[in-house]
This record gives sequence, C-alpha cells and structure tokens, in this order.
Amino acid sequence: MISMGRMTKRSEPYILAAIVVLSLLIQARSGQFFSGNNLVDLARSLIVPALFSIGCMMVIVSGGIDVSFTAIASLAMYVTDRLLLASQYSGNVILAYAISAGLGLLMGALNGFLIGFLRLPTFVVTLGTSSLFTGLMFGAFSASASDVPPSIARHGKEILFTATNPKLGLTSNMPSQILILIAVLLFAFFLLRYTMLGRGIYAVGGDETAAERAGFNVRGIKMFLYCFVGVLAGITGIARISMMSYADPSTMLGMEMTVIAAVVLGGTRVTGGVGTLVGTISGVALMTILSNSLILIGIPTYWSRVFTGAVIIVGTGVTAHQIRSTRRRHTQPQKATV
Amino acid sequence: MTAPILKVEGITKSFGGVQALRGVSLEIGSGEIHCLAGENGSGKSTLIKVISGVYEPDAGRIEINGQHFSHLNPKEAIGLGIQVIYQDFSVFPNLTVMENLALNMELMDNRKLMNYRRARAIAFNAISQIGFDVDLDERVENLTVADRQLIAICRALLQEAKLIIMDEPTSALTKKEVKALFAVIKRLQARGLSILFVSHKLDEVFEISERYTILRSGENVASGNTEELDRKTFAFHMTGREFADEYYKPAGVKGKPVLSVRGLTLRGAYSDISFDLAPGEILGITGLLGSGRTELAETLFGILQPDSGGIEIDGRAVKIRSVKSAIRRGIGYLPSDRLTEGLFQPQAVDRNLVITTLDRLSSRLGFLRRKAIAETAMQWIDRLSIAVRSPTLPVRTLSGGNQQKVVLARWLANDLSILILNGPTVGVDIGSKYDIHALMRKLAADGLAIIIISDDLPEVLACASRILVMRDGVFVRELDPSATTESKLSELSTGIA
Repeated sequence: MISMGRMTKRSEPYILAAIVVLSLLIQARSGQFFSGNNLVDLARSLIVPALFSIGCMMVIVSGGIDVSFTAIASLAMYVTDRLLLASQYSGNVILAYAISAGLGLLMGALNGFLIGFLRLPTFVVTLGTSSLFTGLMFGAFSASASDVPPSIARHGKEILFTATNPKLGLTSNMPSQILILIAVLLFAFFLLRYTMLGRGIYAVGGDETAAERAGFNVRGIKMFLYCFVGVLAGITGIARISMMSYADPSTMLGMEMTVIAAVVLGGTRVTGGVGTLVGTISGVALMTILSNSLILIGIPTYWSRVFTGAVIIVGTGVTAHQIRSTRRRHTQPQKATV
Repeated sequence: MTAPILKVEGITKSFGGVQALRGVSLEIGSGEIHCLAGENGSGKSTLIKVISGVYEPDAGRIEINGQHFSHLNPKEAIGLGIQVIYQDFSVFPNLTVMENLALNMELMDNRKLMNYRRARAIAFNAISQIGFDVDLDERVENLTVADRQLIAICRALLQEAKLIIMDEPTSALTKKEVKALFAVIKRLQARGLSILFVSHKLDEVFEISERYTILRSGENVASGNTEELDRKTFAFHMTGREFADEYYKPAGVKGKPVLSVRGLTLRGAYSDISFDLAPGEILGITGLLGSGRTELAETLFGILQPDSGGIEIDGRAVKIRSVKSAIRRGIGYLPSDRLTEGLFQPQAVDRNLVITTLDRLSSRLGFLRRKAIAETAMQWIDRLSIAVRSPTLPVRTLSGGNQQKVVLARWLANDLSILILNGPTVGVDIGSKYDIHALMRKLAADGLAIIIISDDLPEVLACASRILVMRDGVFVRELDPSATTESKLSELSTGIA
C-alpha cells in the first residue's frame, strides 16, 4: 500500500499530470490531439527514444551514466546494414537484429570492462567510447547514408494497423516495432522488480560498498548493465533504420542528451538508486509530445525546443528541490525534551 | 568468565611497510559485552576486519566456538555467527526497510528471484526479534540515524549472529538514542549474544561493558574488568601519556571586559542573559541540548538576531547583524559540527589552513603567492602540532582532533579578541582532547577571551576559569570550577537534585 504522503513525494504523478494537462490544452485549441492519426504518430516517434531510455534509466539507477548508446546503435546498425547488403542476404530480419545486437553486446562489454573491472569513471569511459565508435564508423567504414537490405526494408513496411483522420484525410501507420518496445518493457519490468540482479542494480546505486558487503556481485552487475545497454542499442539501431527505410549513420547521434534529460525528468535520481519504468516512459512521452504536437496549436518547431528546455529545467529542478528538502528535514538537530 | 566465543592470539598484520597489528590478542566470553578501545590508528578497525574475514592476518590464531582458523573469509565468518555493524551501517538508503532486511539473507541463500511475500516474512521476523516498530515499506533514507542502526542490528540477528561487532555505534546518535541502543544491547545479551563494542568514549565503556581491551599502536596495552578501571588509567592506556587534573587559573584577568552582554533575549531560545568576559578568561557555559546554549553562541556570532538586550564590545554598544560583522569585530566561532560547517573536507590541509587569510597571501594582482602559503601553513601545523604526514593531504584523512585544530588555526590567523568554541572536543580522541585543552589555556594566557560551550562536564571543569550553568534558556548559577564538582554541575543543568 502506498500512502498519500508517499505518493506526493514521487515524481510520476506530477509528470503524468503534466502530460494530461498538455494534451487537453492541445486538444482544446486544435481538436486534433486525440485523433487516431496523431496518437499513432506520437507512438511512432516515441519508439526509438523509449527503447534507449530503458537502458539509460537502468545505468543511471546504478549510479552511473552512459552517453555512448547512440554511438553503439549507429555503428552496430551501420555495420549490420553493410554486411547484409554485401552478402545480398534477403532472409528474415531476425538475423539483422541478432547481428546488430551482437555488435552492440561487444561494444557494451568494452564499457562494462572499463567501468566494472578497471573501475574507471562511467562518464569519462562512455564519452571516450562514444567518440571511438563514431570515429570508427565515419573513419574506418567511411559511413554515409545507405540503402537498407531487403529484409530490413520489408520489416519496415510491416504495420499493425492504420489510423485515419477523416476530417483532414490523413493516415498514419502503427509500425510493428512498437511490439519490440512492449517486449523490452515487459522484460525490463520483470528484471528490475523480480530478480535479484534487478534489485542489485538498485542496491549498487544506493550504496556500492553496502552492496559488496551484502554479497552482490557488483562487477558482474555493472558488466551486465553496460552489455544490456549495448544489446538494446543494437536492436534500437535496426528498429530505427527499418522505420526510416534507409541507413543514415548520423540519424541517432546527439539523441543521447534528450534521452538522458527525459529519464531524469521522469524522476530518475541523477545520483543513483531511484528510478522507475513508468516515470521514464512518461518522461519520454512528455518530451515527444512537446517536440511533435505543439505544431498542432501553431507553435513553430523551433519554439518547441524552447519549451522542451524549460520543461527539463523546471522538471529536474523540482525533483532536485524535493530531494534537498527531504534531506534537510532529516538532518535538522532534534530538540531535546528535558 | 564463561567459555570464550572468540579468542584471537598473536595477530599481526602489516600494510606495505606499516605494521598495523603487532601480536594482538582478544578474548570474548559468550554473553559478554566487551569493549575494544583505542585511539584512531591504534589498530581497532584492522582487528575487526581480521575477525570478520576481510583481512588475512600475517600471523596468529583465531578460535571461534572452539574451532581453530589461521584466517577466515567473510562468508565463513558470517557462517560462524560473526556480524559486523559498520559505522555507516551498510544500509541501502534508496530501498525499503523490508528489502534492507531481506536482501542479505536472500543472497546468502543464493536466490536469483525476488519474492516479496517471503521478503516481508523475513523482515517481519527480523524486527519482531527486538520489538522494533517500523514501517516495512518506508525507504530507509527517510528514517533517523538511530532507526537505520536498528535495521543493521536486526539484519545481523537474522543471520544467526553469535557475536555482534559494533564499530563506534554511538558516534552519530543523540544522548537519548544512545540510551535506547544500550537497552537493545542489554536485550541481546540476555539472549546469550556476545557484543564487541568498539569505542573511544570513556563514559560509554564504563556504562555498557563488562570487560575491556585497550589497543595502542597495534599492541595490547590493557584488558580486564571494567569495574576495576578508572578515568585516569583509561586515559593513560589509550594515549600512553599521564594527564594531571588541571584547572585553569587566569594569571590575572587583564583589565576591562572585552565583551559585555546585558539582558539578551531571543524568544523561544533564551532570555535575560547577562555576563562579562575579560581578556585571559575562559568562560564555560554548560547546559543540556535545548537549553539555549547554541542559540546564544550563534547570536554572539551574528547568525541569529536577539529580540532584545544589548551587546557591548570594548565598552561600545554594538549590533552584530551578520557573521561578517562578527568577524570584523574580532569574534571567532567554532561550530559544533565542524564536518559540515567548518572544513572543506576533500581539500588539502594547507588550503584549508590559509582560506581565511588569502587576501594577505596573494600578490597585488590577485595571484596566490604559493611560497608564502606553504610557509604559513607549515607555521600553523607546527604551532598547533597538527599530526599530518604532508600538508597536501585532504583534511578528511585527519583524525577528528586534528581537523578541529585546523579549524582553530583558521580562526587564529585572523586577529581575534573573542573565540567561542561550541563542543570543541565532541568525537575527538583523548590525546587530541588534552592537546586542544592545553592550547585553549595557552591562547587565553596570551590574552584571548574564550567562551567554551560544552556538556562535557569534566572538560568544562578542566578548562574554564568561571562556569555559567544554563537551563531552559536562563543562567541558573555561576560557579568557580575549583570549588565545585561534576555532580553539582549535572544537578544544576538538569534541575534534578
């Protein structure tokens, strides 16, 4: 049971409220927000950042940070794409996902080794490997926008359903990649809540020394985390290019900052230990609405960036303030009762 | 003495070239509360880590419940019923009470999945063992320090502890919480558990333990029944130094008062406070927590503003509206929580020492004069005999007493006429405590006017030339330290005869 007092301390209710208010506002002004095609469009734009955010949240919960996942996704998908094109493979897209995930695993393992075993600081390591992977892609593979092999192209055209907007005559397709997002979310939910490994991630983020003393395999947990982020990034890379129908090596680069911001906005504590999937996905949803739907009420695209920035500052500011005020309450000296 | 649950003999351990333990022995009977005392660096922590299997000793024998070992690993130690409650309690602040209690157990059982129903049962069992009433779904970060400690104790009990080692368990507790902890310890003892209580606080050693072992520089110096121990021998064994009982007799108070306080009142904190303070005097103000003593000090230092009454410095009425104005008038204040209020913990000792005088130590263009800084820092290290291997080490590596000296040095570097010390030796080991006392007396003899606020009655008796007892916000009595006793002081400050 969660008491009301405890509810108000969490950030999920606030961000969900913000989403509701914003959607109602856009709906009231434009009448278009709750139309089928707008919702499908939103879901479509949400898939890639949401996939990234799941791994990103887990790393931040463990007390680390990863800025290399977009670089991993780009390099993994690009190499996979060129491999499949060169071998003229035209079979099932599962192979594309498998290769890309495997490459992501290798790159994630490098992060995991440097962070878990050599105990280097996570930000520096992932900043370095991020640069390394992008450099390899543009240097060694002289990457430039390329076609996708037939398997990926076919996969991109698999749609679950089509939503039409009778008023404007617009249609939007729900891509099958949303199923991947749902599967990963279910997996992550089970992992974080019902396995010792998942609780270990929270424990490490709460107090690493205590986790070691309790008998958690801290190195192993870190290794797993960065490998997981790598695999997830590899999968996300293929999902992205299949939805775009061409492999642009720079399409995902730079997204990491928005994803991290969305994760923090969703109530994940930057200092580690606290974060939920619901909050994270809400954070991503809010950011997606801001960047996609403000145009419905006539706010130009560049203004939506201003709003996004403001929401990040206010949202993370509120969270930080909450933490600080709880701390203060507990460090106040107790008045003796004589 | 009953059959020993733990017996270690001739333990040696060195790190690099440093000999931390030189043949230490320790014996604890079952159901016994044993105190392990020693100053910082005496080898207490190393010995605990040998017993709990964290360190492998270079030589020596460990006997637990009649079984012999040359060394243990942490898992073996836990299996034998040895539990350590670390100073930081090793809890997960972000997780619930339930998880904090259950996770270690589940890990020991090699579980891969988390079963919340089982976890709740484990946690409930743990808290009911000592009758600890707590919301199992609360996050531990929202609990008080004392409650976090109880969680660590409950967790130890779960793993069938036979010997619980508590590493300085009272350092972050209030007096009331210490009392509650001692009640819990007695209860554990009644159930047949042995407790190794690690402390350097004399009062606690006397109050709780039956037997004691004192370490100094990695060697046993004394052990026996606590009943047969007295204050003086304890201090001697801890430090290897003889301390004479001292009183401070000002060699003649020099002239007019430097500070006069008349009818000072702050509603809700203290009322109608009046006193004079002359150069060369050490004025002791004692009283319980909540008696208004800290608020009074903070008013004199400009942190709080009085509702009525007046302050005179050198005979002139002044208003101290801010800390800055207090400093300008030559007032220094050493707060009771030096860790958060006084020092830049991760920064080097020399930088901490010169921070208040940087203006004087930089060139006209504002660049720092490194040589001058290094020289000044060395002067203070010498003058206050601060024990530090190199002035470039971070302050947090120093012991409490030496940290306190660094804070003192910073104040002394400014031209002070009045120094207010609030609990100057809280959490400081005995040797440093005497050093700080001696330093205070010397500073007063040199003409500084000092106010020492402390509830450590022997300290007030040893340092002050005049004692004011505060209770419920008013001065109840002025006393001459050479003509009063600890029990008299305690009666006056509690109001209980």
